[in-house]
Amino acid sequence: MSPARIFAMMRKEITQVLRDPRSLLVILLMPVMQLVIYGYAVNLDVNHIPLCVYDRDDTQTSQELIKRFQATDYFTIVHVAHDYPDVLHQIDSGVATTAIVIPSQFDETLRSSGKAGVQLLIDASDSNSANVAMGYAQSIIQSYSSDILVDWEQQHGLPATGGGTVQFQARTWYNEDLESMANIVPGVVAMVMAVVGSFLTSLTIAREWERGTMEMLISTPVSALEIQIGKLVPYFFIGVMDTTLCAVMGVWWFGVPFRGSWIVMFSTSALFLTVVLSLGYYFSVVAKSQMAASQLAMLATFLPTFLLSGFLFPIDQMPKPVQWLSVILPARYYVEILRSVFLKGTSISLMTGQIVALTIISVILIALATRAFHKRLE
Amino acid sequence: MKFRQAWQRIVRMLVKEFIQTLRDPRMRFVLIGPPIIQMMVYGYAATYEVKHVTMALLDLDKTQESRDLIARFTGSQYFNLSPAHYATEPTQLRNWIDRGDVLLAVQIDSGFAQRLRNGQGAQVEVIVDSSNSNTALIALGYLSQTGAKFAQDYQIEALQRASPQQAAFMPQVDLETRPWFNEGLESKWFFVPGVICNLLLIMIMSLTSSAVVREREIGTLEQIMVTPIRRWEFIIGKTLPFYLIGIFDALLISLVGTLWFGVPFRGRVVVMAAGTLIFLLSSIGVGLFLSTISATQQQSMITAFFFIMPAVTLSGFATPISSMPPLWQKLSYLNPMRYFMIVVRGIYLKGVGFDVLWPQFLGMGIIGVTLLTISVLRFHKSLD
Repeated sequence: MSPARIFAMMRKEITQVLRDPRSLLVILLMPVMQLVIYGYAVNLDVNHIPLCVYDRDDTQTSQELIKRFQATDYFTIVHVAHDYPDVLHQIDSGVATTAIVIPSQFDETLRSSGKAGVQLLIDASDSNSANVAMGYAQSIIQSYSSDILVDWEQQHGLPATGGGTVQFQARTWYNEDLESMANIVPGVVAMVMAVVGSFLTSLTIAREWERGTMEMLISTPVSALEIQIGKLVPYFFIGVMDTTLCAVMGVWWFGVPFRGSWIVMFSTSALFLTVVLSLGYYFSVVAKSQMAASQLAMLATFLPTFLLSGFLFPIDQMPKPVQWLSVILPARYYVEILRSVFLKGTSISLMTGQIVALTIISVILIALATRAFHKRLE
Repeated sequence: MKFRQAWQRIVRMLVKEFIQTLRDPRMRFVLIGPPIIQMMVYGYAATYEVKHVTMALLDLDKTQESRDLIARFTGSQYFNLSPAHYATEPTQLRNWIDRGDVLLAVQIDSGFAQRLRNGQGAQVEVIVDSSNSNTALIALGYLSQTGAKFAQDYQIEALQRASPQQAAFMPQVDLETRPWFNEGLESKWFFVPGVICNLLLIMIMSLTSSAVVREREIGTLEQIMVTPIRRWEFIIGKTLPFYLIGIFDALLISLVGTLWFGVPFRGRVVVMAAGTLIFLLSSIGVGLFLSTISATQQQSMITAFFFIMPAVTLSGFATPISSMPPLWQKLSYLNPMRYFMIVVRGIYLKGVGFDVLWPQFLGMGIIGVTLLTISVLRFHKSLD
């Protein structure tokens, strides 16, 4: 191995990267954009649920109940229906996802016999939002019911029981304000790095084959290992830049706490980068065409990191076979590490499992890539 | 005559494209294997459902009331309170949370029952591990629902004890909820159609985005330029294979969604087919547009990716568009996936047809036609 040849290889690769400023800009902007979208656009809390109201009673009592719905941020009344087919149409077309139907004689029933029922129709295709909406509606109705009960008790001179509520005083540990951003930053860092790392490198060797420049490289004295190192190092630095950018933006712009140590963060990031770079390199050696290589890299990184790493959907709620599958996913360990570093500030000794797993994966990938790459024409 | 010649040229182009794409056995695998595998895995993985919240408990009150409350936790399918997690002192709760053994720790202080009997608000202390804020929020939601139900029942019982005759006429409002379209509130039913949209967009976009650029990069574009083929014939010949591949894959993964995951398909196949065709048109439009503004495959693929990431995020796949700020809601109209998500979920779960979905079709159609036109105009059959 000659440092001079590795250096020459690196210089060639860097020149090629710099010659395409648009790609470089996109790579550096990608994490920023992703964080901005998650920070400002994506809201995991469900509120402003579009509500359609159908008041068949139209009395002061029923109006009072509707006002309760109006007063919260949870629901936004988007339509007032005047017959039942109208309600159905609103839900079918998706204008409203919930509809509240107050029966005629609602007021009268409450005055005479006691129990009155209100109907809540929900478009439950989004079961999560539907569940949340049902919870909100339930609590609005319960507090309303409790209030009219207190009034009624006073009118009839009965002892007040209405105040007997149970309140949960929740202390939320590790992420006190339940900021979804604190959750998202580690996920976005992992996603961007996995994609940038493997995607870029997957193109690098395949491009040489596709353009025919590999033959020129073969005719030079540079060895396979030197090509590998020289090709990967520049992308390693791009990856480190992206990580830093994400972390700095997350901490200073979005105010995500950083409780661990920067040394742990960077050393584990370097390890993760090694994994994804080797993965992309392996694909490009195997596939030899940019299209196939990048498809493979995309398959192996983007959706798995998005859906399987536990960043959005909790792993322990997935079925067992899918949980086993996530064991071979490097992003899963990296997300766990980042979460500890950002939110919990746990010491490195508690992350041994994840670090060992990442090391094993990276060794396997490097071995595979080195074996697969032959410096000769077929 | 003229038309026949044009047709022949397009067919030649098509054959060439098919040979080029399918020649590579890896590429053949990429087109069939991964869509099915991904559909299976992500269909299971994508769920917000939080069942069995692991919890620990410390009862310092030890009254009938506190035991009643605990019974509501043990009786609920949402909470998982194992006998090993009954604490005897507060430090135990903290340890379990720190080690990640439980997500939730509930501590009922002494005086809980007394306050309830006095008609005062009784407080219960809770610690939640909120390193996953979404799960924590859902767990807290379950808690407060359980608490509210407990309080309401307690209130009614108290009144019934105090004056049984009058309690019969006590005013009370009940909420009768009717979840439509997804009666069992199955998270899978919502996400599986969404995964179909994601897979299609990602695959088709990344394939088409490199279509024209590849010819340019390898140098074969010059060879095509000397043939009599016209630019729109070239574009059609170039994109039609991806169109056909897209249709094939859409069929494949929709079948997995219905047969494997058992998501009901309530709409008509015609509507789904039409929706898929228009969606493919719009995503091919985006891909082709990116291809015409790029000089190398690397550029086009990176730019495609720059588009795909926000497209997935802002499509309503994982979070509802109606909870986004107004500006972002408006921006999402530029995203073909936004429309298709509504179409696919509408057809699968609601069984709606053209009469309801036409605005979505229109949206995707406008995006597709506009971008394809721009791409054809931008593409010059000459060397620069």
